[in-house]
Amino acid sequence: MFRDAGLVAGKDLRIELRSQVTMQQVLPFAVLVLILFGIALDPDRGFLGRASAGLFWVTVLFCALLAIQRAFTIEAADGGRDALRLSGLDPAGIFLGKAAAIAVQLLAVEAVLAAGVVLMYGTEVTGVPLLVATIAAATTGLAAAGTLYGVLAAGLRVRETLLPILLLPVLSPVLIGATKAFEAALGGVAADGWPWLGLLVTFALLYLTFGTLAFGTLLEES
Amino acid sequence: MSAPPTTASRATRAIGGLSLAGLALLLGYALWWSPPDVVQKDSVRIMYVHVPTAIVAFSACAITTLASGMWLRRRSEGWWVLGGASAEVGLLFTGACLVTGSIWGRPTWGTYWDWDPRITSTTLLFILLVGFLALRRVDNESGIAAQRGMRAAIVGLLLFPNVVIVHYSVDWWRSLHQPATITRLDPTIEGEMLFTLMLGIVVFALVFAWLLVHRFRLGWLEERVRATGLDAAIVERRAEADLAGRAR
Repeated sequence: MFRDAGLVAGKDLRIELRSQVTMQQVLPFAVLVLILFGIALDPDRGFLGRASAGLFWVTVLFCALLAIQRAFTIEAADGGRDALRLSGLDPAGIFLGKAAAIAVQLLAVEAVLAAGVVLMYGTEVTGVPLLVATIAAATTGLAAAGTLYGVLAAGLRVRETLLPILLLPVLSPVLIGATKAFEAALGGVAADGWPWLGLLVTFALLYLTFGTLAFGTLLEES
Repeated sequence: MSAPPTTASRATRAIGGLSLAGLALLLGYALWWSPPDVVQKDSVRIMYVHVPTAIVAFSACAITTLASGMWLRRRSEGWWVLGGASAEVGLLFTGACLVTGSIWGRPTWGTYWDWDPRITSTTLLFILLVGFLALRRVDNESGIAAQRGMRAAIVGLLLFPNVVIVHYSVDWWRSLHQPATITRLDPTIEGEMLFTLMLGIVVFALVFAWLLVHRFRLGWLEERVRATGLDAAIVERRAEADLAGRAR
């Protein structure tokens, strides 16, 4: 299962290295959203610094939608999904591989966003371990739930519009947990943030388990 | 299996009649016979509608999840139809719950919307249901019953767990800001007020059952139309061709 996951993740990341879609499209989009928030929320009134945790994670959610759509668009061309089904790879491995590739790309986006928030919004970092742990747990949860709902919507004609309405309410606990933990890590008291990490880890584990179990049947359908 | 030409039966007429009579009785108790609340005065009366619709809405989600799980096991049409019917009627009750909550919030909190954990999570529930029904609709357009709906069934299976996760995380999120909301509703009610609330729950459960049975039967008829539609169309075209041939 883990060998198969490595193969699928390697394939997806190689495609990304060659096509540069995340680097050249999703990443600039993330920075653009930061600028748009700056324009919308008047940088002089100090909203941005206080709201930076929430703005960071809302931006990550939008970028996650793009990354998830992209992860299944690359399978749509040249009968990629049929090839995956026929490859004999363990469906659980395919799920973990696709989720890992999405997570790696999201981590890159988050690194740039974090730098952007600190530089552009003047946010102060007070708890680095909590920050790193939150990013790891939240990204795992986003990638796992996103891969599951992404393959659900993959074969449909209305996938671009359906995925956000299906996925975003489901991800609201991640937004809550990650924002609260970030608020603690960015200028707050770090100790307040650790319980929220528990919520993020629980969410990630639930969706990793369910995705591993259900992905095979869903792949057959899409 | 032949389906009845109508969605009504003796049982649904009985449930319907009971629902209507129950609603009339509830109206009497809620508006006249129960006393006004000490704190909330007369605005407490909308609770006799609001709380039952909330309970029914969450139960409808549980039924959808159960039906989706059973469909995944058995692949029988009935469970498929039940999952959709329950979500649809549940959406109606979720909407009613939000609207009545908002009307209650105006005199109580002074605003139609407050970031109260229950309002927030119920609104998210509303959107979860809309998404589920949108997916079902897309799923419904293609394929035969046994293959169709795998996506909707998985989302349906996750519906109730998601509702629970969202509910508790929103609860936790808001409770840090305003712990008072949890105790704002006086938990100790008794006498006629308690009776009216219980009556409301029973009556709205009946209304839910009534609508659910009708919606289920309608869904079942839709399935029959789908199954026989193609055959009927072919027979019709053949008949037309025969007529045209004879006329010549």
